[in-house]
Amino acid sequence: MEKVLTVDFQKCTGCRLCELVCSVMHDGISNPARSRIKIVKWEDEGRYVPMICQQCEDAPCKNVCPVGAISRDADYGFLTIDHALCIGCRSCVSVCPFGAMSYNQVDKKVFKCDLCGGQPQCVRFCDEKAVDFVASDNMTVKKKRDAATRLYASQKHAVAIQEHV
Amino acid sequence: MALDRKIAYINLSTGKIETRPIPIEIRKKFLGGRGLDAYLLYNHAPEGCDPLGPDNPLMISGGILAATCASATARTHIMAKSPLTGLLGSANMGGFFAPEMAWAGFHHLVITGKAKSPVYIWIHNGKIEIRDAAYLWGKSTTETQWAIREELGDEDIKSAVIGQAGEKLVRYANVMTGIKNAAGRTGMGAVMGSKNLKAVAVRGTMDIRIAHPVDALEYNKQFIEGITSAKVNSTQGSLGTPFIWGATNSWGGLRTRNFQYNQMEYADDIEPERLDEIATETIGPNHMTGCFGCQVHCRAQYKIPSGPYAGKYDEGPEYTSLGAFGAEPDCRKAETVLTGNHLVNQYGVDNLEIGSMIAWAMELYELGIITSKETDGLDLRFGNDEALLEMVHRICLRKGWLGDVLADGGIPASEKIGKNSFDYLIQVKGMNNLHSDERGTPALALNIATASRGSDHLRSRPAIDLYHLPEKILRKIYGSPVPYDGPLSSEHTDYEGKPWQVFWQQNCYMAVDCLGICKYHTVFLGATLPNFEDWPKVIYYNTGLEFTPVELWEIAERCNNLERMFNLREGLTRNDLKKGDMLNHRYFDEPARRGAPDIVGRTIDRQKFKKMVDEFYNHCGWDKQGLITSATMERLGLNQEPSHLL
Repeated sequence: MEKVLTVDFQKCTGCRLCELVCSVMHDGISNPARSRIKIVKWEDEGRYVPMICQQCEDAPCKNVCPVGAISRDADYGFLTIDHALCIGCRSCVSVCPFGAMSYNQVDKKVFKCDLCGGQPQCVRFCDEKAVDFVASDNMTVKKKRDAATRLYASQKHAVAIQEHV
Repeated sequence: MALDRKIAYINLSTGKIETRPIPIEIRKKFLGGRGLDAYLLYNHAPEGCDPLGPDNPLMISGGILAATCASATARTHIMAKSPLTGLLGSANMGGFFAPEMAWAGFHHLVITGKAKSPVYIWIHNGKIEIRDAAYLWGKSTTETQWAIREELGDEDIKSAVIGQAGEKLVRYANVMTGIKNAAGRTGMGAVMGSKNLKAVAVRGTMDIRIAHPVDALEYNKQFIEGITSAKVNSTQGSLGTPFIWGATNSWGGLRTRNFQYNQMEYADDIEPERLDEIATETIGPNHMTGCFGCQVHCRAQYKIPSGPYAGKYDEGPEYTSLGAFGAEPDCRKAETVLTGNHLVNQYGVDNLEIGSMIAWAMELYELGIITSKETDGLDLRFGNDEALLEMVHRICLRKGWLGDVLADGGIPASEKIGKNSFDYLIQVKGMNNLHSDERGTPALALNIATASRGSDHLRSRPAIDLYHLPEKILRKIYGSPVPYDGPLSSEHTDYEGKPWQVFWQQNCYMAVDCLGICKYHTVFLGATLPNFEDWPKVIYYNTGLEFTPVELWEIAERCNNLERMFNLREGLTRNDLKKGDMLNHRYFDEPARRGAPDIVGRTIDRQKFKKMVDEFYNHCGWDKQGLITSATMERLGLNQEPSHLL
């Protein structure tokens, strides 16, 4: 079954362990500049948002590539770069609306999230599950339940207030 | 490689900057972080130098594991001769600074001299620049950090900065990064201020190649599971250090009203659960945040709920802010604690020290040793929230007679105030004690008396002594990596065997500080957490360096002895109340008034305390005067110091 990476930014504690393990997993190097995931922060108000590749259906990176180096993985559905074809023009970096396509100045290569071949390390190391890896056919089930819980609680609260009045 | 990170020497008087590699032989002797800083201090600080003079070298460092694939390698260490104690100055902070400095190419900085006008240091991918900071002078700690980001156009810059307290040379001003990470103790912020150095800003994208990446990743996963499965850490992860404060208060181990009491009554509004409610109401259910690479996330986020600072965002409060703005001045409102915490973070001053100083002044005021003449009319009673917060402003800005006097630290202030004010100052080596009461716990009393930077809980405290662990478990922990078959007691009121525990913890914490990891990841609050047996693997997988547990123990011993050598050189003597390993008389003479049956009525026994210190010295390889024996110096290879290899 196809699974997708999801983000619940409210759960992110901002520790950036995901950035660390991502770069170590892919390159054997600790360097957030090599990470496929990045925590964008507003430190003065304590807001942290993990930014990831959305593996878009109508993917601008794939569409713009002049040599057709970007294709979709048949097993896991992520977009992957064939470095044998890639000419390093960085058009994909320019068009990605999320900044998820990155460029490595040392290796002179573009790089992106490949879901670690089906076992995303960012998810494995995030105890909070601010990033999660869920089946694409029910990715909103949990969200619906969370929202329903809130609704239910506020409705009960509203009823209690009414009765009180 | 982590091992190719460099050391930089920056002279602010001449503008000369030199970078050098750190030789592997030095790594093998001192690892990095606090241990290597101790070596640098002993080698670079001229004997008897003025702590606020240009000669005093300021070291800023990350541990040997900084930014590697190990858990929580976030700690930044700062060292210099302390303007507060005149002895060892050393402070440690979390956040994201040290890893960023490592990605920028550096593990250690040695900053000397004094700039003619305010400057900051900008370090970016191996390059170092001294830049004008006139526009930053007078700004708060966070304003400074955001302004540097704006000036240089990079949101990911991390800075270690001082606030107004550091600029005004408050002798316990700290160095801060982020919202609340503070290298709090011994006045390192004043040293920066004395050099006209407002900030050190770092940003890096340089690779740190991991020696054995697959093993490092897998071992890190296992390591983190060990850390987060400890109950103490999951509680830390939801309530933060206030939970320790709450537990300590329930039991009666909390310094209250400047040592008059050991338990705070009417603390309902500042109990950890109440603070958690405020954080939930002002931020949301997910309000915990953490340092780099750490899954414990022990700090809360909050907004001040009411009062003149209502709506201001901050992080914490930690145990120390609850002590400083709660128990010590006997102020009972969450608003006061949260506001006080915000003020010290903005001014950049050690919350622990400032809270102790104000509580001390409050006791002196109630005793009539100082009067409204000295306080410029301020009614400095215990429980006066407004007076407490007003004193924070006055001290940080050195306003009024008392604000200026208290800003100089406890001992100088006691000399200016006169009478018998010194008798009420709860300090060791010139630095105030944590807001805890050690009269029921001889092990903890020995720890604060002998800690290398003054009265302090993070140098050698066997906190697990309070858990009454079975002797079998104590033997397992304290019987390795070097064998120990002397007494060990599960009872925290005992004196037997405690010196070994303090000695063991002293080495454990030194090792942690050399690695650059957090103490919540070792035997500090949790007995099952990693220690000497586990670290060789982490170091090997990440750096390729091989050590045995015993070798790490020896490194820790060597570094601790270097700190001792520095203190002895600068005038430490065993029984000196102002510069020695001695406690305030109140520990021996005044029984604890409140608390559980195992603390109420207790004092520390003078004779038994003396015997503990003797035994502790013996374990350390020191003589009865606390001097390092030549056999110890030889065993640890310290007899050639200062060797000036770096």
